[in-house]
Amino acid sequence: MTIADQVTGSTIAGTVGAPPVEAKPRAVSPAITLPSIGERELRLDLFRGLALWLIFVDHLPPSLLTWLTIRNYGFSDATEIFIFISGYTAAFVYGRAMLESGFVIATARILRRVWQIYVAHVFLFTIFLAEISYVATSFENPLYTEEMGIMDFLKQPDVTIVQALLLRFRPVNMDVLPLYIILMLALPLILWLMKWRPDVTLGLSVLLYAATWQYDLYLTAYPNGFWAFNPFAWQLLFVFGAWCALGGARRMSRILASRVTMWISIAYLVAAFYVTLTWYVPQLSHFMPKRIEQWMYPIDKANLDVLRFTHFLALAALTVRFLPRDWPGLKSPWLRPLILCGQHSLEIFCLGVFLAFAGHFILAEVSGGPGMHALISLCGILVMWGMAWVISWYKQVADKSGAKTKNAAGNADLAGGG
Amino acid sequence: MKAKVFLSLILLCGGLAAPPARAGDAALQAPAACDVPSYLLATESQLPKVADAVKAGKPLEILVIGSGSTRIPASEESSYPARMQTILKDKLPPAEPVHVSVEIQSKKTAEETAATFVKLMEAKAPTLVIWQTGTVDAIRSIDPDDFRGAVTEGVAALQNAGADVVLMNLQYSPRTETMISVPPYLDNMRVVAQEHDIPLFDRFAIMRQWNDQGQFDLFNSSRGPEMAKQVHDCLGRALAQFVMDAAHLGPAQPQN
Repeated sequence: MTIADQVTGSTIAGTVGAPPVEAKPRAVSPAITLPSIGERELRLDLFRGLALWLIFVDHLPPSLLTWLTIRNYGFSDATEIFIFISGYTAAFVYGRAMLESGFVIATARILRRVWQIYVAHVFLFTIFLAEISYVATSFENPLYTEEMGIMDFLKQPDVTIVQALLLRFRPVNMDVLPLYIILMLALPLILWLMKWRPDVTLGLSVLLYAATWQYDLYLTAYPNGFWAFNPFAWQLLFVFGAWCALGGARRMSRILASRVTMWISIAYLVAAFYVTLTWYVPQLSHFMPKRIEQWMYPIDKANLDVLRFTHFLALAALTVRFLPRDWPGLKSPWLRPLILCGQHSLEIFCLGVFLAFAGHFILAEVSGGPGMHALISLCGILVMWGMAWVISWYKQVADKSGAKTKNAAGNADLAGGG
Repeated sequence: MKAKVFLSLILLCGGLAAPPARAGDAALQAPAACDVPSYLLATESQLPKVADAVKAGKPLEILVIGSGSTRIPASEESSYPARMQTILKDKLPPAEPVHVSVEIQSKKTAEETAATFVKLMEAKAPTLVIWQTGTVDAIRSIDPDDFRGAVTEGVAALQNAGADVVLMNLQYSPRTETMISVPPYLDNMRVVAQEHDIPLFDRFAIMRQWNDQGQFDLFNSSRGPEMAKQVHDCLGRALAQFVMDAAHLGPAQPQN
């Protein structure tokens, strides 16, 4: 399938209400039906889709597939990719809205998006409650009597549920959406500042990050501790994404193209890979100077350790260099599933969290071995793909019927849950 | 990257081919289910006081301090400290007296437990303390930095009282994986062990290995104590092996 095919396919396609079966190849199109915005950056969708799959696999108990996730090969993991790309796309979509319709309208649209994410979070929490309540009543292995202490919070639902609504009580694997909510809430301010001076905004963001480390800023959580992803620190990635979207990437292009950057990135990634290897093959740690170990550990995920951030930067620099925007592979049907998932990231993210719960459940009930395990991971990914395809198809149909009234810029889809 | 995947594949095949865990094997012959890859029991850190005590033929007094997961309700004699004692007695020279005592502090965080160490050490004066912790902190999601501070202080208190220390981390508990966030506590225990140059018995990785290879199905929700007993038996064996290796004690005949 050539690019020309796709472009024409998307513009002419289905105007006469073709049957849904034939709509399949056209699921491709929403990316390119927004000429006013310019061609959609498929690399963003691709990597966000990838991040969603990796987050899903990481949320399942470890299996063979877990070895394919990037956190085993360096410091950063899929969360960094997800937050960065979310910042990028959100700034792209709502920054445009702010330029065209002004601060108030753009803010209103952002808040609407925040509300959607919040509702999605509460929905997932309900599913979690159902799961944990079931496990609490059915699981009585004497080996794990102590771990069952986690069920104690069921004894006071009045506190727990209110705390969950306040985003302070967040079960495991449900930390990303609250972070996302906070970051989106700050987006109007970020965009407003960016409109004024992008570089100053990025500078302020770095300052806040530094202050977080220096003065130990954090948000408390219930019942103890703090947010697993500290928004004061993670905002750096989000703002950096926004900054790149609003012209920063273009201005950095010379740095990104330089060989020095490339070799520094490669050296850093190799070093990080070696360090990660020592976690799995402890014999290797003989060759790790103790002093470096003491300086380096712990690598703080909650506060987006500098090592993690730079690791992400190195990955991104190499990606941008070796995977050009017009890489033909981006149109290949093999990458379609990933791109589709990336284009509907909020829905697919929630689905992924749900599927991870469900996968745990099946593993627990069927008690399958590693084979079962891998099968569940694969099925989950297929379900995510199927769902993304259905959403795409539906949006396309809905857009077509409402095309007369709908403004291209009003398509929140590009924000991809962004 | 490929090598790793390949390795996992081999492990997987091994796991599938391994016979299912059997109950009630002869007391001392290690069942196949207990196999632990040697890298999971490797440690650079040493246990000089244990080594000295055994060389000098002095009694080896071991104290296991732990929370709920150190015991099996209603069958204490099958829990891993008791199993470790049996194995150590078997493997060390017959003249060597080995005594393992257990101090359970259920539902106590590392900080709460560490506060009792000075008195505890005065009362027991052990050669070696095996401190199992982290689970309660993870359940209550104690700030990982506070947790690290508490473990650091606890280890220092135990060392000041003149004992060798082994840290033992959390159980691998796949059922509660969606509910308890374990990694920060594992990481911080690893850090403390590194900083103090003490051996860390990686119970989590070992149990996960057993589960991944199909030796034990840790998802199992059975109510009976059988599997718990088998897992503790294997843990006791692995722990005995770990202590002997860290103290450089060969089986049956200590070097020199």
